[in-house]
Amino acid sequence: MNYNVNEKGYYGEFGGAYIPEMLYPNVEELRQQYLKVMASDEFQAEFQDLLKEYVGRPTPLYFAKRMSEKYNTKIYLKREDLCHTGAHKVNNTIGQILMAQRLGKKRIIAETGAGQHGVATATVCALMGLECIVYMGEIDIARQAPNVARMKMLGATVVPALSGSRTLKDATNEAIRDWINNPTDTHYIIGSVVGPHPYPDMVARFQSVISEEIKTQLQEKEGRENPDFVVACVGGGSNAAGAYYHYLDQPDVGIIAVEAAGKGIHTGESAATSALGKTGIIHGSKTLLMQTDDGQITEPYSISAGLDYPGVGPMHAHLFTSGRGEFISITDDDAMNAGLALCKLEGIIPAIESSHALAIFETRTFKPDDVVVVNLSGRGDKDLNNYIEYFNL
Amino acid sequence: MNRINDKLNTKSKLLSIYFTAGYPNLEDTVPVLESLQANGVDMVEIGLPFSDPLADGPTIQASGTQALKNGMTTTLLFEQLKDIRKTVSIPLIIMGYFNPVLQYGVENFCKKCQEIGIDGFILPDLPLAEYQEHYQEMFEKYGLVNVFLITPQTSDERIKQIDDASNGFIYMVSSASVTGSQSGFGNAQTDYFARIKNMNLNNPQIVGFGINNSETFDAATKYTNGAIIGSAFIKMLTTKGIDGISDFVKSIR
Ligand SMILES: Cc1ncc(COP(=O)(O)O)c(C=O)c1O
Repeated sequence: MNYNVNEKGYYGEFGGAYIPEMLYPNVEELRQQYLKVMASDEFQAEFQDLLKEYVGRPTPLYFAKRMSEKYNTKIYLKREDLCHTGAHKVNNTIGQILMAQRLGKKRIIAETGAGQHGVATATVCALMGLECIVYMGEIDIARQAPNVARMKMLGATVVPALSGSRTLKDATNEAIRDWINNPTDTHYIIGSVVGPHPYPDMVARFQSVISEEIKTQLQEKEGRENPDFVVACVGGGSNAAGAYYHYLDQPDVGIIAVEAAGKGIHTGESAATSALGKTGIIHGSKTLLMQTDDGQITEPYSISAGLDYPGVGPMHAHLFTSGRGEFISITDDDAMNAGLALCKLEGIIPAIESSHALAIFETRTFKPDDVVVVNLSGRGDKDLNNYIEYFNL
Repeated sequence: MNRINDKLNTKSKLLSIYFTAGYPNLEDTVPVLESLQANGVDMVEIGLPFSDPLADGPTIQASGTQALKNGMTTTLLFEQLKDIRKTVSIPLIIMGYFNPVLQYGVENFCKKCQEIGIDGFILPDLPLAEYQEHYQEMFEKYGLVNVFLITPQTSDERIKQIDDASNGFIYMVSSASVTGSQSGFGNAQTDYFARIKNMNLNNPQIVGFGINNSETFDAATKYTNGAIIGSAFIKMLTTKGIDGISDFVKSIR
């Protein structure tokens, strides 16, 4: 089976471009250009140079010795938390800003939930001297104040999304409306492997540097390119797509996707899309999403703003329904405890999103000689207030 | 022959109104429809509310949010409309987003619409390619006209493809925008209207987005077969309710 995108923009039955005609010229231009642009030597040279000199890649593949001893298996952490701006998000924004320049766009828009993608977008816009407008739900603006300040310092305009539930999905709606209203000079930098084709594929390709590096690094450390398992948290699914990318068609590599169970899958306060979602259309893509019987999109919940999205990218919907991926959901409590455990065991403060991936060692066992790579998608600086409140620090 | 085609064959400068089902009050759907017909409106788009209406501006979004709060659902809308053809004979189009249709089951949705006497759909996020590959045959089997949008940015080549795939009319979005976001038409719009007119398409064209008074209605229908008013009508309903419909229609045409 093919787990990557096909020529029509689908992963199995998921994907496509369910967009109003107003967006067609922009999305179609991108579809026709993205592979050509990305394949050019000139683009690759600039992209690779920025990843190395500006983002700080390659990020280490760190053998977590004490954690491995605790869980009696071989655990490696892919340190995306060490990227400039503190998470994997910047791999994509670097790629997309270069794409926007090649397409002659002058104005950049983005959506953000926790603010990580907004910061990563504001950062690359500052780097390139482009105008940057970030849509952010009114509620998220209130709960992620430090990231709002960061975006402003970087010169971005942060526009509150006042519609619907005033969180990430509504910020995405507002960004799409902005793109409809500004059809010629604007590029929309989507922050995950979601949205209409070609976005899921384009973002996955920009993030695929993660698994490309894992292969070489694991070869050096373990004498083989393939781990037994690669584990990542899934909000929209971009860090996961990057970590899985070069392993999708390697059956000896187990793919584990960790979703946010929130307060528990059956509490009505959850973001575990694979468990709770049905096939539908969100933000231009046919995928699994949380919705009512009547097809109204419902509001997810997770303590982690980055996982608080009612859908998943079409790649992940396909990994789930095809059985290629093993999907596990982790509650707020288990994630927070796993985050604190990593601090104590390895001296690394993880983002709460990444803590969800780390928590699987409490719920699933691995063999002593299994090599398990966990994608540590981001650092915990942005989450300090949450950690402080949760643990009464 | 569908009611939409009949109407377009016999009438020019059509006035079509969009309203959100179940707004302002849950039980207003049928009274609004009856009043629109009684006041001489030629065609109606019944908005099926959706939680995430990407192509709509604040006015229509807010009406959809309110309608959902009022308890509107697809099943309830069909229930409200079951006897509509006893009192209303003008063409009726359901306008909404594709996800609620998908959840109802596309074929069931079509069947139900045929039973009720719905004449067609405007589903902005159901793209041409998907329609042709998966749904055209089904829509046609149930006698439903599918209406596509074009914008000033749509290429001539694509307009021709859309014209070939259409069997009712083409919905001309007046400018690059979501619904309800502009006032008045400038040269860019009239050039665009004239350009499309000169393409001599097979399907008639109706303009929507940004029509809010008699001037914009006249400007739009000078070049096309009709115009659709949405946000301006919703705004009127919000302040004046059903009793305001008569004056509103008179102020347009
Ligand atoms: C550190 C971190 N990890 C993961 C995510 C979730 O996004 P995705 O699933 O696209 O990787 C976010 C999103 O904000 C994030 O900041």
